[in-house]
Amino acid sequence: MSALSVTDISRNFEGVQALANVSFEVAPGERRLIIGPNGAGKTTLFNILAGSYAASSGRVALFGRDITHLPAYARARLGLSRTFQITNLFFRLTVLENVLLALQAGNTTASPVLRLLRQDRALLAQADALLARWELSEHAGHAAQDISYGQQRQLDILLAMAVAPKVLLLDEPTAGLSAAEVPRVKAILRSLARDTTVLMIEHDMDVAFELADRITVLHQGRLLAEGNVEAIRNNPQVTEIYLGSD
Amino acid sequence: MTFWLIQALNGISYGMLLFLLASGLSLIFGVMKILNLTHGSFYLLGGYFGLVVLQETGSFILAVLGASLAIALIGIVIERFFLRRFHLQQLPQVLVTFGFLFIFSDIATVIWGANPQTMPRPELFAGSLQFAGFYYPTYRLFIIGFGLCVAAFLWWLQDGTRVGAMLRASVDNEEIARALGINVSLLFTLVFGLGAFLAALGGVMGGPILGVYPGADFEVLLLGFVVVIIGGLGSLKGALFGGLVVGLLDNFGKVFFPELALFTIFAPMALILAIRPAGLFGRE
Amino acid sequence: MRAADANSSVKSRGIAALFILTVLVLAVLPDLLSTYYLGLVIEILIFALFAMSLDLLIGYTGMASLGHAAYFGVAAYAVGLLAIKLHWSVWSALPAALIIVAAVATLFGLLALRTRGSYFLMITLALSQVAWGIAFGWRSLTGGDDGLPNLPRPELAAHWSLAGDRPFYFFILLLEGAGVLLLTRLATSPFGFALRGIRESETRMQALGYDVWRYKFAAFIVAAVFAGLAGALYAYYNRFVSPDYLGVFRSAEVLLMVILGGAGTLIGPAIGAAVIVLLENLVSAYTERWLIVIGTIYILVALFAPNGIIGFIRDFRARRAKS
Repeated sequence: MSALSVTDISRNFEGVQALANVSFEVAPGERRLIIGPNGAGKTTLFNILAGSYAASSGRVALFGRDITHLPAYARARLGLSRTFQITNLFFRLTVLENVLLALQAGNTTASPVLRLLRQDRALLAQADALLARWELSEHAGHAAQDISYGQQRQLDILLAMAVAPKVLLLDEPTAGLSAAEVPRVKAILRSLARDTTVLMIEHDMDVAFELADRITVLHQGRLLAEGNVEAIRNNPQVTEIYLGSD
Repeated sequence: MTFWLIQALNGISYGMLLFLLASGLSLIFGVMKILNLTHGSFYLLGGYFGLVVLQETGSFILAVLGASLAIALIGIVIERFFLRRFHLQQLPQVLVTFGFLFIFSDIATVIWGANPQTMPRPELFAGSLQFAGFYYPTYRLFIIGFGLCVAAFLWWLQDGTRVGAMLRASVDNEEIARALGINVSLLFTLVFGLGAFLAALGGVMGGPILGVYPGADFEVLLLGFVVVIIGGLGSLKGALFGGLVVGLLDNFGKVFFPELALFTIFAPMALILAIRPAGLFGRE
Repeated sequence: MRAADANSSVKSRGIAALFILTVLVLAVLPDLLSTYYLGLVIEILIFALFAMSLDLLIGYTGMASLGHAAYFGVAAYAVGLLAIKLHWSVWSALPAALIIVAAVATLFGLLALRTRGSYFLMITLALSQVAWGIAFGWRSLTGGDDGLPNLPRPELAAHWSLAGDRPFYFFILLLEGAGVLLLTRLATSPFGFALRGIRESETRMQALGYDVWRYKFAAFIVAAVFAGLAGALYAYYNRFVSPDYLGVFRSAEVLLMVILGGAGTLIGPAIGAAVIVLLENLVSAYTERWLIVIGTIYILVALFAPNGIIGFIRDFRARRAKS
């Protein structure tokens, strides 16, 4: 069974066709890279997968379960997590609180009522460990709006990963990072266990080709090509519209 | 039949006053994203100012123009010195406009007392018109015609002029409007002044049929809200349609269910909210 | 981390000490104050709870309600009608009033939560005016403008009346204290934490798996019920209910208390309530023009203290720590 199965997805914005009949399957544990020039519909696709927009038509299934009509939060509970292209954090809360909110969402140890009322101290230890791993410990007490842009981008990824997702959607995970920060994020992504399936939009081709198992190429809202890294590298159509133009 | 016709005309003429009020509310919101709670004061003070000018000069036209322009000026001062600095900050805007609503309400009571004041109709429209076998006050018909003229003017302003094009550009995207060289700051001031002018216009025009009385500021503010909730904030069409609907509902509600008059307005409002939260003509 | 732990334990010990001190002071107040000043303290307690309940919406969840007095007033009318017309005791009237408030808030919440931003402001104000319109218009039930006079002071049991100032003060203090503790507990719980997350970013909360609508709905009802508790107690205190209880002025006043004190801090709105209640009593000794005074305060707060008294203190401390 596919981790994610996308069938005939289309989306119109006031007459503009952002996505047209896109279909593809992602196998469990796969690292799938989505590429395409600006305006190809990559972020629109992510928003439809995550439930931020509804598709005009088509179907999305997560491990065989139809999620086309589920709201975003219900998809998240089924194990679909995402990062945001425009950094989306709890800006006036501290970095630690940001992480705690993410951990609290996935906390299922207590009964629902108790979960609403009682702070779980185990979460704090978990949060500390995560922050240490991302080298954000010294900023734990700072408001998220006060840390550097690169750190905010990393916190965005951290939140998406903290809920222990089955399928993780990463929207340009290394955009905006300093040269020193890129290797750490790459290492963390590389070490991500194979029980998490990853879909990633990425412009940095070094990062992208190194991590990806297979690549899906979108162009003007349509699926142009799909294959492994070698096949896409050698696809003349892709070279022409995408790699060549860069 | 005659009963229904008279009541309907009463409702429509009242609806036109509400349109004047709500179009200003809607315009200010559409362009500046300010929910102007002082709007009710502009209406009430417009009525009192009109009364003063009328008593001094005896001219209804001067009363309408003088009062509305004076209120527009007050609006401009409030916008320039108090609201300008809180661009897109909702809570401070609420505090400032609430503050002026209370201050003006109290000042009006100090100056004009707690008793309702009556305003004479202009001589030209003092009589009644006979048609289809019944008499109907000319002044109410005049209000309906006047409201339609204002609506037509606003439409022309919005769709047919350069100022209107600038307005629409600012509504759609303020930054692009600035980049195009539109003086957004001046535009905001003018829009707030025009909104205040329209509310005051409603206050003076309504004086001869409704009187001018303490508490009218809160009353019409609320009805103005209902109008734009039904019609959609920022939409001229919505303000006109909403105004007429609320005017009719209010009128028939008071006739048939005097104890629960507000209910006849709020039940449809709740219904529209449930179906279209942004109002009938509003944008999401 | 250890330093932070030690720091927070010092802090929480400080808060505990402050709390005990407050309780002690409040307990001896009836022996120190005249009836008039004791009445002022009761008013402050009631409006503090009212303002704190609104803070749960404004400061925590980021939903600015302009019609919060609706719940204050509905509960006041509920206990008033139940006690006067049906002779219910406080033990049945008070819980019944809170249930009625919860029901009204459920209905209003379903409507208001379909909107956000300026629409939410308008709808909450409009809905509260519906309640006001009913209280004002339905004379046969509510007495209209004249209100409901002669509400008896509650009796805890046969021959155990709270008619005296002292017992009544302790009755209010007890219920208020319980309300404040519960509200504070809720605000600092994972539930309150999630509300703060919603205030910051609804889309991120959804992406993490929080059912944002449900949290907002729950917050709306909880805030209404605590406002209702304050309103019911105010009715017992005044022995009178009128349409003013749910008017737009009350809603605006409690909004001012929240912002003047400092939204999102709970203690701030309580301070704001104390300031406004005291000021109103002081000013009304000199002039009838309270509206002009309070209107000016609205504008001054917006201009000079947008983060409230608590924010002011924080800024001051931060500046001193820097220099």
